[in-house]
Amino acid sequence: MSMIATRDAYGEALAELGAENVNIVALDADLSGSTKTGVFAKKFPERFFNMGIAEANMTGVAAGLAATGKIPFLSTFSIFAAGRAWEQIRQSVAYPKANVKVVATHGGITVGEDGGSHQSVEDVAIMRAIPNMTVIVPADGPETKAAIKAAAAYKGPVFVRLGRNKVPTIFGDDYRFEIGKGAEVVPGSDMTFVTTGMMTAQAVAAADILKQEGISARVVHIGTIKPLDKDIVIKAAAETGAIVTAEEHSIIGGLGGAVAEFLATSRPTPVEMVGIRDRFGTSGKADELIKYFCLTPEDLVEAARKVLQRK
Amino acid sequence: MEQHQIEQLQEKARLLRADILRMLHKAQSGHTGGSLSAIDMIAALYFGKMRHNPAEPAWEGRDRFVLCKGHAAPAQYVALAEAGYFPKEDLMMLRRLGSHLQGHPDSKSTPGVEVCTGSLGQGLSQAVGMALGLRLDRSDSRVYALLGDGELQEGQVWEAAMSAGHYRLDNLCALVDANGLQIDGEVTRVMNVTPIGEKFAAFGWHVLEIDGHDMAAIMDALHKAGELQGKPTVIVANTVKGKGVPFFENKASYHGVPPSDAELPEALKHLGITED
Ligand SMILES: Cc1ncc(C[n+]2csc(CCOP(=O)(O)OP(=O)(O)O)c2C)c(N)n1
Ligand SMILES: [Mg+2]
Repeated sequence: MSMIATRDAYGEALAELGAENVNIVALDADLSGSTKTGVFAKKFPERFFNMGIAEANMTGVAAGLAATGKIPFLSTFSIFAAGRAWEQIRQSVAYPKANVKVVATHGGITVGEDGGSHQSVEDVAIMRAIPNMTVIVPADGPETKAAIKAAAAYKGPVFVRLGRNKVPTIFGDDYRFEIGKGAEVVPGSDMTFVTTGMMTAQAVAAADILKQEGISARVVHIGTIKPLDKDIVIKAAAETGAIVTAEEHSIIGGLGGAVAEFLATSRPTPVEMVGIRDRFGTSGKADELIKYFCLTPEDLVEAARKVLQRK
Repeated sequence: MEQHQIEQLQEKARLLRADILRMLHKAQSGHTGGSLSAIDMIAALYFGKMRHNPAEPAWEGRDRFVLCKGHAAPAQYVALAEAGYFPKEDLMMLRRLGSHLQGHPDSKSTPGVEVCTGSLGQGLSQAVGMALGLRLDRSDSRVYALLGDGELQEGQVWEAAMSAGHYRLDNLCALVDANGLQIDGEVTRVMNVTPIGEKFAAFGWHVLEIDGHDMAAIMDALHKAGELQGKPTVIVANTVKGKGVPFFENKASYHGVPPSDAELPEALKHLGITED
């Protein structure tokens, strides 16, 4: 299985977009090496703006650029994009429906050693709560590339959450990303893992373990958390009768929240949620933290057993 | 301050530099450049200036220190360990899962750390709040806040500066570690924040400019800041990122890179230390 960090895929995709469309511009807040906007900056220095360590201003400036017909991609770590500049995103970007793409890297706890101050576990929730906002959390490199291109083609605000570390590639070249569409990654009939970001790969591994026990687990990847692909979720609820959501994010307000809100009001179905349980992150190595916060395939298997008992 | 006291502080700073390098090497993660540029000021504060009691970190009469540029946590941690807030062995647990020494300062975890920082631009506001609170309590404790020069690009820093000037917080002293570098390169090229002193002056601050590696100048400036009435003081300290290890000095590329196995003994040698 090939491994690539979603932020690296972003760097490539943004540079490709820059070559195709002169209206693509990029902004960063002193993290262009880490977020990979540096790849674009090298190729198109006149269309790259390093705004310094000033995320709130960067967001407003991006909105201004969008008002002149440019397609700004702004990047920094997710905690400083979604968190620091939240109200600027709400007021200057989402409210006017400005054509700004917020591509936030270093989401979740796999940021690792930097610790809780840098680990955004609430970003998806607070972005999802803003009207007009589209929220995308890709699973792997190929999906990231496709999502970045789709975001550029879409007119309006988009938030894309990417990770720091290399993650296994799940999707092949034939995969077609569409905003608002989920994807069945593993077929199954007894229960469904509804997952996003790097947790989709964990769910694929969990489904393998369950298969050996004679349990047929479906894996549905939700690349776009908002708007949620209601069809694929309701189909999973109807056909398998039990759902486990999983995300590298708080269980409050993220994918689990979105799925539970929808099912509770349309087709009540037993749901278990795997995610960060209302806690801040902490320093440690990414793989240690995945265990510490109970995000391993084994944790998913346990949640599947639990939800099957409630079926 | 007498010459032998200055020399003692210089020696302290030399040993603390070595501790920084060892802990970052052990963690293989963390910020070298900005820890080394700040350590002379931090050594001066903890061992020459501040009133504090390692046996009683929450002692009411203490002066407060806020590391606004939280990524330089190693520089604060070595000072806290040296002062006796926790055992020196703990330094080797930097950034490990379960360690009380988090990647960025965390007041819940580490004795002697006053507030949580790490997201740049928020520390000075917290320091302003402390200065206001201490003044309400008629306390004569002082508040020190250490900022990065790149950090000054955050608008919140200037909101904090405005409020400190407005409330005439003469119990507050900010120190700017003006090493001229941030992650993406030179501060003046990424987003120019100079002139720094004039900006603070315009917000009603008393401004001192010094060489941030000259221990006598640091102590003298801290003393002057304490004498001045009716205004907060900012010490704009011209520093060298990575100071003390020639191959780390003035390189933006060593901002967030720890010493490698090969670099550690070399780096220590430049500090006059040979490990056995
Ligand atoms: C709000 C925020 N944005 C971005 C970062 C990432 N970051 C960490 S250190 C740093 C550069 C800091 O430069 P400076 O303040 O000059 O520190 P020094 O040179 O002393 O290390 C950046 C951008 C952060 N910690 N907080
Ligand atoms: Mg600097």
